[in-house]
Amino acid sequence: MLLSITHRITGVGLAVGGVLIVWWLMALAVGPAYFAVVQKLLAHWVGRLLLLGWTWSMFYHLLNGIRHLCWDAGWGFDIPTARNSGLLVLVGSIVLTVGFWMAIYAVRGV
Amino acid sequence: MSLRSPLARARGLGAAHNGTHHWWVQRLTSIALAPLMLWLAYSFVSLATADYATVSAWLHSPINATLMLALIVTMFHHMQLGLQVVIEDYIHGAARKFVTLIAMKFVVALLGIGAAFSVLKVAFG
Repeated sequence: MLLSITHRITGVGLAVGGVLIVWWLMALAVGPAYFAVVQKLLAHWVGRLLLLGWTWSMFYHLLNGIRHLCWDAGWGFDIPTARNSGLLVLVGSIVLTVGFWMAIYAVRGV
Repeated sequence: MSLRSPLARARGLGAAHNGTHHWWVQRLTSIALAPLMLWLAYSFVSLATADYATVSAWLHSPINATLMLALIVTMFHHMQLGLQVVIEDYIHGAARKFVTLIAMKFVVALLGIGAAFSVLKVAFG
């Protein structure tokens, strides 16, 4: 139940976050000076918090989307399996988010 | 007894006269988006310390530009399909619903075109 509405909430959140991707790409098209400004804003703690929320939303929506596709294919729709796969989606999304940011910080240093 | 022909019933296009097309395309785009998003996540990690020149060179590569365009087209298409359902479910009243739907579709289209144009400009630049 909670996971189902979360799929929608993360979907809407990803759409809002999609503006960030467009902004980043447009800044790249505008030129080096503006791109540096956008990179700096995204590296600010507010920017990082938004990106953290966006990455978790993305991994959650991705994993839960695969869960939905399995259901559409007729697999795992019984209650115990759906409960377990829901837990797997939740834990998996957190693991992937932490892994992603650990990789980012391993490359960046800070 | 229904006066509808068996063919009309079998077509079963429903209230939106659109059948399962919306549902199907939402699934189709989601299947494409799963690997594309993992590629994007991997790319962001590899570009974590990159400056303007490095990111430009990265997007200049035909493979990255192609995948980025594929991601943009699929993502914004999937986005407007999903937001459409959310608006249909939560915005009530025909006028408000349609105005919101049309505005959302226009905004998402503009975002997608802006992103695609930017990728092409960098890729050809």
